Amino acid sequence: MRLVVPLQGIVQGRGGLIIGSLIPCALIYFLRLHLKRHRGSLAPARVSSRAESIARPDKSPYYVGLDRVSRDPFDEVDNPVGIIQLGLAENRLCLDLIEEWLCENLNGAMIGHGGDKDHLGIGGIVEYQPLDGLMELKGAMASFMTQVLGRGISFDPSRIVLTAGATPAVEILCFCLADPGNAFIVPAPYYPGFDRDMTWRTGVELIPAHCRSADNFIPSISALDQAFNQARKRGKRVRGILISNPSNPMGKLLPRETIHNLLHFAQEKNIHIISDEIFAGSIHGNEEFVSLAEILDAGEFDKNRVHIVYGLSKDLSLAGFRVGVIYSYNDDVLAAAKKLTRFSSVSAPTQRLLISLLSDTSFIERYLETNRKRIREMYDLFVGGIKELGVKYVESSGGLYCWVDMSGLIRSYSEKGELELWDKLLNVAKVNATPGSACHSIEPGWFRCCFSTLSKDNIPTVIARIRKVAEMR
Amino acid sequence: MTIEIEAAPSVQLSRVADSETHGENSPYFAGWKAYDENPYNEVSNPSGVIQMGLAENQVSFDLLEEYLEKHSEASTWGKGAPGFRENALFQDYHGLITFRKAMASFMEEIRGGRAKFDPERVVLTAGATAANELLTFIIADPGDALLVPTPYYPGFDRDLRWRTGVKIVPIVCDSSNNFQITTQALEAAYELAKSMNIRVRGVLITNPSNPLGATISRSVLEDILDFTTKKNIHLVSDEIYSGSVFSPSEFVSVAEVLEAREYKGSERVHIVYSLSKDLGLPGFRVGTIYSYNDKVVTTARRMSSFTLISSQTQHLLACMLSDKKFAKKYVEINRARLRERYERIITGLRSAGIECLKGNAGLFCWMNLSPLLEKPTREGELDLWRTMLHELKLNISPGSSCHCSEPGWFRVCFANMSEHTLEVALDRIHKYMDQRRT
Repeated sequence: MRLVVPLQGIVQGRGGLIIGSLIPCALIYFLRLHLKRHRGSLAPARVSSRAESIARPDKSPYYVGLDRVSRDPFDEVDNPVGIIQLGLAENRLCLDLIEEWLCENLNGAMIGHGGDKDHLGIGGIVEYQPLDGLMELKGAMASFMTQVLGRGISFDPSRIVLTAGATPAVEILCFCLADPGNAFIVPAPYYPGFDRDMTWRTGVELIPAHCRSADNFIPSISALDQAFNQARKRGKRVRGILISNPSNPMGKLLPRETIHNLLHFAQEKNIHIISDEIFAGSIHGNEEFVSLAEILDAGEFDKNRVHIVYGLSKDLSLAGFRVGVIYSYNDDVLAAAKKLTRFSSVSAPTQRLLISLLSDTSFIERYLETNRKRIREMYDLFVGGIKELGVKYVESSGGLYCWVDMSGLIRSYSEKGELELWDKLLNVAKVNATPGSACHSIEPGWFRCCFSTLSKDNIPTVIARIRKVAEMR
Repeated sequence: MTIEIEAAPSVQLSRVADSETHGENSPYFAGWKAYDENPYNEVSNPSGVIQMGLAENQVSFDLLEEYLEKHSEASTWGKGAPGFRENALFQDYHGLITFRKAMASFMEEIRGGRAKFDPERVVLTAGATAANELLTFIIADPGDALLVPTPYYPGFDRDLRWRTGVKIVPIVCDSSNNFQITTQALEAAYELAKSMNIRVRGVLITNPSNPLGATISRSVLEDILDFTTKKNIHLVSDEIYSGSVFSPSEFVSVAEVLEAREYKGSERVHIVYSLSKDLGLPGFRVGTIYSYNDKVVTTARRMSSFTLISSQTQHLLACMLSDKKFAKKYVEINRARLRERYERIITGLRSAGIECLKGNAGLFCWMNLSPLLEKPTREGELDLWRTMLHELKLNISPGSSCHCSEPGWFRVCFANMSEHTLEVALDRIHKYMDQRRT
């Protein structure tokens, strides 16, 4: 706003300065207000402030990379110069097994019998059903979870809530455990999707508890304490911790002792603990996977604060079918979560198909074993290639990716340097890997490279392309 | 000597988890519980509770079954399942293009081709419940309000308000003009919100209406559109029952009105649709938001990550609904059967001395039992409802759960049962009415 000062007033000293500036300012102010209001009624109704922030293009390299690949995807035959996808933790290694099973058991049909071989018609699956999933599927899922998360654990089907993927499972838990303005502590680096899934609509904030390479990326209690105190200083109430086990993007399995420490911490602070175990069926190394459920079974800890998230997108490669699980030991959370599944239910034909598939426990057993073997093969090949480049990585026993230390290839040891490398990898090498900064890593130079969308032949190509950039330095 | 044991503080839940906004303690849901405990069955439990509170369409399953039998390619991934892999991995929130095209074309079919739908504006959600909630998140902030004409579907109290923090301010309609929405009522609702310092972000209508079972006339739609334009607020038109209009010429979609206006001001308008009612597939969880606003389309797509439709289901339905011959035939036959059911129940009720609002759509009728009330109050209505539930063993929905301004109205569903069951229900009503007269 410009001060309009009639010279005459000042010169004559008759208080013209005040009136001379005040009145025009007031006029300008009201003119702008009128224009704003008037303009407002010409432009169509606005969206909510929540929506405004979601509508903006997402600048995170995680999403930018995925988008770039979708426009120029590598294909051995049709597009050999396209961008090779290392940024998507999708498992393409064992779909042939499920295909085979479909052909043998359902003649390739997409609607299973649901255990009732007479009920092939549509009648059984069309009506309204409990929105948190058919009891039959919960039963089959409980057995499947025992196969995946630990043989000694028995899961109670009535504690299972089925959701349209693990994405809404995590969001529903956030809605149940935290109010807008509250916070969750998340050991970092973490899966970039959590920034959206846990905060977009819930109003919750994520506070990273930084894990270091010196600690082998295992969350330490001091890091959690630091995050907790940081939250407190800012007046944010922490409602829970979200851990991923196997971790994403590092692929580390949490040692028993760490899980004990985390549970102690949660108990001490009287907060919840969510364990996202979605990669539990993708354990390819020799380390022992210990589910939070196994520790709880021993009975030492208060179960009311514990919730497990699972899903079929990674272990069974059925990401499109949208099948997620909330397993909660807290009856009130279960009651609320069940009601919230009306917004994110599993589609009936999918439930039917899965009842048939998951009930074939001997097939599932073979599948899980083969899956582990094939992931291991790809991991070994990929890691072998990385070694050839002279680049370091973190040994991992789980997940579909490798956490690689490319700090040796970046010019300045900073986030800026890391992003410059990411850009080179994406645009010159035409390889999409996820930079650590997108995962809230505080040590620059780390990249998550997913290898499970590749075929064995692609790996030499990937390594050669990365070498090109490495040698460009 | 007493030893004091300090109980460990129990861990708390959120306000959303503790809230009663899910509404499951209302009569609408209590009736369901009574049904669950003693469900009617033609053979094994002929004196059980007949469920007339569930708006489900079971009259046309045979058509779907027949189609799937004849077209096995729709329900498989083909011999050797070659399409399976890609389908299993497909989780793009844009949805399968084949399915979006099929939905757009089905929505056009229902409107007799009087409106065009662009597949690029179709956003897929796991059911209309999710679509309505998503739109609310997008067009309103916590503390804002949507104006909704009464009586309305009880589920809105939960779907529009629970997680969103948005309020509902009723647009009060009454029987003096057959519960039609008037500009006066719209203004009154808007002013009421203003007086409470609540910002109104939009109007949400259901057309055809639930629970009235009647379409909104073209002139009323024009009035509503004019109102929302004047106030510069959004208009959501939930057209979930559009395929259940008994006579196709009687349904005017807001899409048609917009087309006639050459889409001026259309960026305020969003349509919700689903296959749960028209195709009788509620278990499939298929809903859609059709928005004329680019930002809403973009945002809704991203937010739909929390509520994607199974790619398996998309594939199945894409095959079925792209078959235009089948779609046309289905819609025609479904309409005719619903009309028959409607006429049967109206006649049956009339001969028992009960009148209903003149309806022309949906899976239910809006029954007027106000002459039977002991007291013309909400309590009187609930007493009558309890009699219906416990004596006649009929679960019907009391108007108060739909926020109806006048006591004595009830929503009665007729499409979720066999013809025989409907006769049994009518018979029970006849006997009760005869009893009352003596």
